[in-house]
Amino acid sequence: MTFSPELEARFEKLLKSYPPGRERAAMIPMLMYAQDEVGSCTEELIEEVARRVGVTPLQVNEVITYYSMLHRTPMGKYHVQICTNISCLLWDADKLWEHATHKLGIGHKEVTADGQISLEEVECIGACSWAPAIQVNYDFHHFVTPEKLDRLLDSIRKKQ
Amino acid sequence: MLYNEPSPLETRVLTRRFGLPNSASLDTYLATDGYKAFQKAAGMKPEEIIEEVKISNLRGRGGAGFPTGMKWSFVPRTSPKPKYIVVNADESEPGTCKDRLLIEYDPHQLIEGCLIAGLAVDAHKGWIYIRGEYRYLIDLMDRALAEAYAHGWLGKNIQGTGFDFDLYTHTGAGAYECGEESALLESLEGKRGVPRIRPPFPAVVGAFQCPTILNNVETYCAVPPIILNGGKAFADLGVPKAGGTKLTCLTGHVNKPGVYELRLGFPVMQMIEEVGGGVRNGKKLKAFIPGGSSCPVLTAAECEGATMDYDSMAARKSMLGSGGVVVMDEDTCMVKAALRIMRFYAHESCGWCIPCREGTTWLRKVLARFHEGGGTRRDIDLLGDVAKNMLGRTFCPLGDAAALPTISIVEKFRQEFEDHLNGRPCPFEHAHEAVMA
Repeated sequence: MTFSPELEARFEKLLKSYPPGRERAAMIPMLMYAQDEVGSCTEELIEEVARRVGVTPLQVNEVITYYSMLHRTPMGKYHVQICTNISCLLWDADKLWEHATHKLGIGHKEVTADGQISLEEVECIGACSWAPAIQVNYDFHHFVTPEKLDRLLDSIRKKQ
Repeated sequence: MLYNEPSPLETRVLTRRFGLPNSASLDTYLATDGYKAFQKAAGMKPEEIIEEVKISNLRGRGGAGFPTGMKWSFVPRTSPKPKYIVVNADESEPGTCKDRLLIEYDPHQLIEGCLIAGLAVDAHKGWIYIRGEYRYLIDLMDRALAEAYAHGWLGKNIQGTGFDFDLYTHTGAGAYECGEESALLESLEGKRGVPRIRPPFPAVVGAFQCPTILNNVETYCAVPPIILNGGKAFADLGVPKAGGTKLTCLTGHVNKPGVYELRLGFPVMQMIEEVGGGVRNGKKLKAFIPGGSSCPVLTAAECEGATMDYDSMAARKSMLGSGGVVVMDEDTCMVKAALRIMRFYAHESCGWCIPCREGTTWLRKVLARFHEGGGTRRDIDLLGDVAKNMLGRTFCPLGDAAALPTISIVEKFRQEFEDHLNGRPCPFEHAHEAVMA
């Protein structure tokens, strides 16, 4: 399996960051960075990472199923993650979530038919003082209202 | 640009560079006493560094509040094994968003804290475990590390001191449980984040089976000021047995939510009223969580006379926790709040211990039934019963973290559960709609 030169350079650096014989430690970072490039943790990617860190594909799978950010199927090009945990809830994040599902016509961990936008109700993302907060891929958006979310989704649609 | 306006009531020690132009750059850091503490520490004996940290009364800022100097003294310095430094930047306790700012605005302070910890326990390698959602901080930290390497503040023979130290970032992948120290170490080693049985503690058997210091971001960031100005100066900022300041994340129903650095022992009501600008919409305070959703909830009456420190919160049977303050106004439905908190713990329980895995799920189900109007009188006692049977019966504190807030909410707000009985709609949803309209 081939990756971009940037990702290969990152892998090389990662594998050297841990004590000798402990290459397995690089597994989760490798999966995270590779998933961004590949789109999801495909069978091929799992086998490749397993080979590089010296474990079986089953051991990689075992790890993937534990972590909520690692997924076996692709999310949308723009993955919209809405936090509804306590601090966001107190600023009406539950209503924001409902608004998003109606607007996009999709539910939790679903992707729009064109594969562009996906939605996920997430646990605390560490933006509690600027609630309600969401992440689109890795970008944070704070003090999000339904109107602000509409504008954000519209701007995503226009990019396509 | 800062996320929120600073408050004049803050005591800015760890956050003193916040708001400076290019505060994250090495140039700004060096121009504002940066790395001077490391140079001072390099001339000290390891025992003297640990003694200074002990004098400072610094206690772990991740939530447990364990005395940092004592933790460091547990590391067997003469062990032939390598020793490691691990930074817990897996900030995921609901209500907490402070470590994010310490990395974003002052990454070199964290690097310097790690270097001094390395000197103290003879460690030469470390990892900063940053939660996966904070990718922008991983990139930012990587740039700061590269800058430190390029200018000889990391790597071999740092600034001619003969001390070698390598520091790396390591990304998490979405798991609250990995903020627990032993689960974090499992995750760092490329495994599922399930807790380890202790003892042995990480100070003796930690990362890769070697002695390891594992502290929160804020704890390491407090070390350079402690070494530079002396442990006593730091201790004097706080209260007896707990020195210094605490980054406090004001969240929920306040007019000026934000992250503020307040001296330990700051009065709770002054914090809500003056730092936070009071409860939103002129409403009354109903409930208060001092430090993240795992802490038992306080009523408004209990907040009177309370101060933000370990002992004051312990006297009220709660905890100072991580600094994630959650303020709830009089229109908040406590059943809904308890349900949302429990949904979180049920989702995040790693499933290793049955009382936690089953307990969180059943509490979530019973609370959901209640909030939907299908609860029965027996359920109120059932909630307390299930929660109490989780306490102390799990390898890691997640079980307790789920049980404690539930017990406190059921005991202190029992009337709200009664009001939800027998298919009645939530009495607060309507009041809330009126405010929003």
